[in-house]
Amino acid sequence: MDQVFSNLALGFGAAVTPINLGLCFIGALVGTLIGVLPGLGPIATIAILLPITFYLDPLGALIMLAGIYYGAQYGGSTTAILVNMPGETSSVVTTLDGHQMARQGRAGPALAIAALGSFFAGSVATFLVALFGPLLAGIAQKFGPAEYFSLMLTGLVGATVLASGSVVKAVAMILVGLLLGSVGSDIETGEPRMTFGIPQIAEGINFTTLAVGLFGIAEILRNLEKHAEDRSVLGGRIIGLMPTWRDIKQSALPVLRGTGIGSVLGILPGNGAVLAPYASYTLEKKLSKTPSRFGKGAIEGVAGPESANNAGAQTSFIPLLTLGIPPNAVMAMMVGAMTMQGIIPGPTVMTENPTLFWGMIASMWIGNAMLVIINLPLVGIWVRLLRVPYRLLFPAILLFCCIGVYTINSSHVDVLLVALFGLVGYFLLKHGFEPAPLLLAFVLGPLLEENLRRALLIARGDPAIFITRPISAFLLLVAVGLLAVVLLPSVRKRREEVFHEED
Amino acid sequence: MRLKTFAVAAVALVAAAGSAFAQSFPSRPITMVVPFAAGGPTDTVARLVAQSMSETLGQQVVVENVGGAGGTLGAARVAKADADGYTLLLHHIGQATSATLYRKLPYNPATDFAGIGLVTDVPMTIVAKKEFPAKDLKELVAYVKANADKVTLANAGVGAASHLCGMLFMKEIGTQLTTVPYKGTGPAMNDLVGGQVDVMCDQTTNTTGQIKGGAIKAYAVTTPTKVASLPDLPTTKDAGLPGVQVAVWHGLYAPKGTPADVVQKLNGALLAALKNNTVKARFAELGTEPVSADRATPQVLDAFVKAEIERWRPIIQDAGVFAD
Repeated sequence: MDQVFSNLALGFGAAVTPINLGLCFIGALVGTLIGVLPGLGPIATIAILLPITFYLDPLGALIMLAGIYYGAQYGGSTTAILVNMPGETSSVVTTLDGHQMARQGRAGPALAIAALGSFFAGSVATFLVALFGPLLAGIAQKFGPAEYFSLMLTGLVGATVLASGSVVKAVAMILVGLLLGSVGSDIETGEPRMTFGIPQIAEGINFTTLAVGLFGIAEILRNLEKHAEDRSVLGGRIIGLMPTWRDIKQSALPVLRGTGIGSVLGILPGNGAVLAPYASYTLEKKLSKTPSRFGKGAIEGVAGPESANNAGAQTSFIPLLTLGIPPNAVMAMMVGAMTMQGIIPGPTVMTENPTLFWGMIASMWIGNAMLVIINLPLVGIWVRLLRVPYRLLFPAILLFCCIGVYTINSSHVDVLLVALFGLVGYFLLKHGFEPAPLLLAFVLGPLLEENLRRALLIARGDPAIFITRPISAFLLLVAVGLLAVVLLPSVRKRREEVFHEED
Repeated sequence: MRLKTFAVAAVALVAAAGSAFAQSFPSRPITMVVPFAAGGPTDTVARLVAQSMSETLGQQVVVENVGGAGGTLGAARVAKADADGYTLLLHHIGQATSATLYRKLPYNPATDFAGIGLVTDVPMTIVAKKEFPAKDLKELVAYVKANADKVTLANAGVGAASHLCGMLFMKEIGTQLTTVPYKGTGPAMNDLVGGQVDVMCDQTTNTTGQIKGGAIKAYAVTTPTKVASLPDLPTTKDAGLPGVQVAVWHGLYAPKGTPADVVQKLNGALLAALKNNTVKARFAELGTEPVSADRATPQVLDAFVKAEIERWRPIIQDAGVFAD
């Protein structure tokens, strides 16, 4: 324990220099801004900023890039809440209740609780990284393809809970999501699947493209069909900027649970963090005494997932810092920044470069604190943004979407796809299909398939691998349990209906 | 006939324009397309070289990542770009293997580019999980052959360097193994470190940190000479598997038809970059070094691409894989 504190002291000593504090601030601010701009994500931004890191020392460079990463996670929630547009996988869940809160004039409390919950989760997760990082990384390594498959399957079953309407429609959306997720090259043979000869989607459809189209563009189309005067997101009234005491009391437990879920899932190097907000939302909805409020502006539905998301964002540094293995595309770019600085990522970074390792951890906490300082005062500005007349707001959103999506791969095909998915999303909205389960299935589908095939390859085609490995078996049990929980109410309802008819 | 006259006239015109052009070249920033995501090993090589070339040329050389379809999207963009030297391509061994891996390539890697020069050969290493029983490469080969139905060979996806090296390895030992493909090196390395898969052959860029940290076992390096950053590691030649000779070579290209003096000027900047101390030092940490000056020439690269296409064609065809 003493060791950890002296290490943390070393880290804070390295991170709390005027230059590094400045870089941390710049990173967090830039991250917040690009997160807010729909479509523009941390990957494109970090790619643009990579050359600048040449001129910084390695710690400063990493602090700035890390700031962009979690800043973007924060900023993404802002857009999700204000204009129902998730820029990142993680903020899909936030749209469900966050945007409903905004429509009810409660954008302020939604944004503030997202910021505060994230800060709490980020602080806890940072200390987890500091205290148990190396130990946890070792345990996470026990997670093989079989375990990932079972985890993703559990996540998929949970996806039905995301829908606030019909379960049948939610299942239909999950199936469509799985289909869209299977577009692209077959991982083993390289054979293209459903690409229609378009090389730009040979590696699959981009998440941002799909999310911006289905959510953002569809939302704009829906707003435009209304009369000019009631297009604005708000009916004109704004109820308070800060959460009330009641809001905070309602959010406290979801934040705690979200932090726990996010921390655990974030450690898994196989992108387990993507499940964190979904898992938290599912849990909160199941635990709630009034699950019917979810999807209609329940603050727990913002507080839990946002905390889970940020906790996961912090603990997902564990595989990178302790093993030198990047768990996602943003971390892969940090590896690039490290190599360009002459630091070869690997298990030795911790021992050979303790200042860098602990400085980075210290900066994560500082960065989270800065995000609260940046974001709380911004809440008022963002909420005021909703007062901008819609005829001015929507062309700006459209423009940013197109620029953002184009920057992902410098590909015009992505922009055309956004337009297409926008129309699809509008159709879905009109017919009462909810896009959130579709997006989750789209993200999980490829992971599910890859890990299924990998697990079977390693086991020589023996499916018993999924039940003989204890963690995998446990996860499958959870999936079965979840399925029962999802199906039982609708079975019960049908029986009630039958009974009603008999009466 | 008229067409021919026209072509001759056009070439003459382009050449004339070219020499006038080269005087002022470069008068605006140059784009160096990297056909992979930012942060990867090829991107790192490109950025180090671009940084130094910017200083030499007095104009920014901007790295643009055009990822997708195994590097062929970025290469296609450069193949179709104006042949004025302002759009370059930094690509690795995939430039040669794509000729066989892709049946419908919208460009010809052998003829649609004007080589500027080879940049570096990144060696590959044959590695295994920590608990793997074999002590050296000979034991590894014997063990793998005896347990061909148990051993798994990881790679980072169709066409990846680890995939190519894996195919070569299986061909040389005459044994087919169960290959477990991953999407990228990160997840593959993760499962190797975690002991979920047994063996992999990957670039030093990806393996050096893990080898030094003791997270995985290393058996041999696949180049004719040892690498400075891993002095204890024998070459495949010395360790008893001389047929596994493979390096992830990187080349810098302009579109075909780029004026010769522009190519010359770019080559000069490339040579300066390869002599640059920072570039050398960073390359060394990546377990590689710049190619010698006599190999960093347009002629060598153009011939090398053709030779590598022919070398890999039978290996890829025998394995029966395609990427499109």
